[in-house]
Order: sequence, then C-alpha cells, then structure tokens
Amino acid sequence: MTVTAARALTSAMACFVGIGLPSTAANLARRTHAPGLWMIYESGTLGAEPDTLPLSIGDGILAETADSVVSVPEIFNYWLQPGRIDVGFLGAAQIDRHGNINTTVIGAYDDPKVRLPGAGGAPEIAASCREVVVIVRQSRRTFVESVDFVTSVGHGRGPGDRDRLGLRGAGPTRVITDLGVLEPAPDSRELTLASVHPGVTLDDVRAATGWDLATAPDLTVTPEPRPAELAALRDLTRS
Amino acid sequence: MILPLEEAVGELVHDGDTVALEGFTHLIPVAAGHEIIRQGRRDLTLVRMTPDIVYDRMIGAGCARKLVFSWGGNPGVGSLHRFRDAVQNGWPVPLEIEEHSHAGMANRYVAGASGLPFAVLRGYNGTDLVGRTDGIATVECPFTGELLTAVPALNPDVTVVHAQRADRAGNVQLWGITGVQKEAVLAARRSLVTVEEVVDELAPVPGQVLLPARVVTAVAEVPGGAAPSYAHGYYARDNAAYQAWDDVSRDRDRFAQWLDTQIAPVGAADSEEQVRP
Repeated sequence: MTVTAARALTSAMACFVGIGLPSTAANLARRTHAPGLWMIYESGTLGAEPDTLPLSIGDGILAETADSVVSVPEIFNYWLQPGRIDVGFLGAAQIDRHGNINTTVIGAYDDPKVRLPGAGGAPEIAASCREVVVIVRQSRRTFVESVDFVTSVGHGRGPGDRDRLGLRGAGPTRVITDLGVLEPAPDSRELTLASVHPGVTLDDVRAATGWDLATAPDLTVTPEPRPAELAALRDLTRS
Repeated sequence: MILPLEEAVGELVHDGDTVALEGFTHLIPVAAGHEIIRQGRRDLTLVRMTPDIVYDRMIGAGCARKLVFSWGGNPGVGSLHRFRDAVQNGWPVPLEIEEHSHAGMANRYVAGASGLPFAVLRGYNGTDLVGRTDGIATVECPFTGELLTAVPALNPDVTVVHAQRADRAGNVQLWGITGVQKEAVLAARRSLVTVEEVVDELAPVPGQVLLPARVVTAVAEVPGGAAPSYAHGYYARDNAAYQAWDDVSRDRDRFAQWLDTQIAPVGAADSEEQVRP
C-alpha cells in the first residue's frame, strides 16, 4: 500500500503531506524515484527533507531541513488556497462511495460513539489541491455507504457536485488501500476498483467494502513492489 | 513586564475568560497550562487550533466549559482521552465544543489581529461543519460575485504562547515553526509569553523578534516551559512523554493520581509549612 502510494508521486510535484501513512509514502517516494518531491507539512514547512520519519507534522527535523518555514495562516492562505499544491495526501476514518471523508465523529455528532480528532487541514486540502490521494486500510467499518460526517468533500453526491460547491481541485483521484486501488468512475464519480494487489481476490475487496463495489472495465493487478522500494521502506520505518 | 509565572497567570487569566494557548506542535506553553490548572481556573473557553496533551490535562482537571478548536489529538500517538471523556460522558464537567478547520481558525485569528469583524476564505463548502458550527457563513464577493466563506474574528481575553528568548523590556524572539502565535497574540486583549530565558540584550537577528514589547502584557521566564513539546535551539520534543500520556489519560483514576502528584495545588507547600511544628 505504501509503495503504491509512493508511486503516485513524482519529482516535479508539490505534495501536501499528512502524518502517518501519507508521510511514510511521501518520504519513501523522495528516497526512491522522486528525489525532487517538494513536501509541505501544515505546520508551515515548505520543502522539508527529513532524514527520518517525523512523528508529528511539526517535528523539529521538518523545520531544520525545509527550504522555508512560514506561519500557519500563510500555509493555508498563500500556498494551499490558490492551488499551488499538486497533490494532497490524506487519511480517513471513514470514506464513502463518492470519496467523501470523515475524520470528525463516528455516530451522531451530538451523541458520538467515537469522537475523532476533527477536521484539521483536511477540508482545505481536499478542496484546493489539484488532486487528492487517499491512503487508508480497507474494511467495512471504514468503507461505508455514506459517512457519518462529511469532514472533507470528495465527489459530493456525484457528477458536478465539486463545481457546484466551488471546489477548485479535482478531488480524490485515487484511493489506495491495503487491498487495491480505487478510482472514481468518469461518469458517476463513484469509487470503483481499478486494481487489486497481488494475492488479493475481488471477493476479498468486496467483503471489505460497505457498498456494492463496481470494478473498472480494465481492472488490473497492482505491480509488485520492487526489492529496492521494499528495502527503502524498511529502512525508513526502522529509523 | 517580567513576572513570575504564578503571578502572571494570577493577574492575566480569570475564571470565565476566553483563553488561547497556541503553539503549533512547537513551543507549546505547557508549563503555563499547568499553572492555570494549579490555580483552579474554571469556566474557561479554551481556544487552540490543535488541542493536544496540555488541553487534555486542563479539560480533565475541569478548567474548561467550552473548547474552540480544529484538530484535537495526541500528535503522532492517537486520541485525547480526557477530551473524549468530557465530550462523550461529560466528565468531569460537560464540555461544549465549537469546531472549525485549520484554515478557518487561522483566518479567525488573522481577522482578530487585523481588527476586522470577519475573514474570508474559500473553503468549508459541502462539509458538515457548515450548520454545525455557528459563524460559518456565506458571503458574496462584491467584485466578482463569487460565493465565499466568512468566519468571525477571534479575540481571546488572553493569549499565552511560549518563545525562546525575551529581553528585559519584553521584546520576544521566537523562531522555527511559528504557527499562529503572532496572530493569536495580536488578536488578544492581554498576552502572556513564557520564555526559555530572559536576556539583557537580544542578539539582533533580523526577523526573529516576532513580538515587540508593546504587544506583550507580561513575560515569564520558564526554562523548559514547552516540554514535552520542543523549543528550537534549546531542546527536542520528548516523544516518549506523548506516548506515555496515552496510558495515563485513558483511566480517570490514573489521571487523578497524575494530577495530584504532578500539579500540586496553589499554596499546598505553604500550608504544609504551617502545620509543621
């Protein structure tokens, strides 16, 4: 999953990175095929090049290795909002068939089953990056018919919704999980299975999806991680 | 004005105040938060973009009536259990929440610092935060007609931040990840800056005096006052402490024990003195 997510990035990109799996994937990309990747963390570090994985978005190593460190209002107003960031990497507690993301609450807002951390920078990342890649482990708890709370808008309720809402980026173009890769169908904007990881069956993915999952017409098997990628990942997560 | 921390908190933070302790992962004014607990403040509206373990402690200690925030978690570790307990179970007191996105909060401070009634941003559209949170409104651009989001200015009664250094006049040097501290101080009616050290003369480094003395109400010298977060150039983040907090905070009794042993109440030392023969 992490290797597949890393492959979504190129050296030419500016990437808005969240902590956790997104950060691991972005750092892996920078250490393998995308050394020029410009990583931005919402704490205000532009072009961070950490030697080790930061534990938080404001780790000192990010500030020490960054091209520039700017304030939080600046990161959102000057960098994210005008569309200067190519790709936003997001996680999710719940994601629905149209790629809408919940990181706020499971259950009713006023009487929550589980209170989650909340929005953070995700709504604006989802609204303003040219595209969004979501990295999340797949299960029926996570992949739900409709999310309990829309923290960040994916494709709304379908075609045209992003335009109608005035959201500038393309929204989630890929959802990368531990089972496969999902992409929005061009017509319905519904997440459909584009590839399955080696050793995973279509039934496995369907069993872990809370809606009637469609497959892309050209469903493929995700390319295996290369030894160099796995070695770099091991090196990164060990440090 | 240079004051001891106890005196500064006593003078500047009152029951019922709207209080912002800011610091975006870096330079979090943890010691000042502990002093607020120690002095038994109640009914505070706590404001902070990223309430983390210092607010978990203040909420668990019953200081807060309301929390205004955009992301509440233990960074890199997981959930805030005292915050969750207050929201889900009303323990130790019910906690009202008002939640925003980071961009929304940052812009609310910018409006507050700018002396404007609201700020404009492109965002929030389509999210369930609209309608849940008062003060997320739609405004039409008078030039293009584009529909944008307006968020109201945030003007805390008092903002508390931590910084590396200040001089005796109260000019504050703060560098590294500067977060939203400048805006939060400029937006506030009063401000307290705790610093690693007070020096006779600040080495002149252009751009590092983030807060000129005239916007700082009081400075308190509190070495290590940001720990377990970090102070760039002074000490690193104590990641183990963040992980250890997860265990302590999961359980009400363990938390109460932590509070009793780590945050001695004001005057406890004095009264012990008095009962001694």
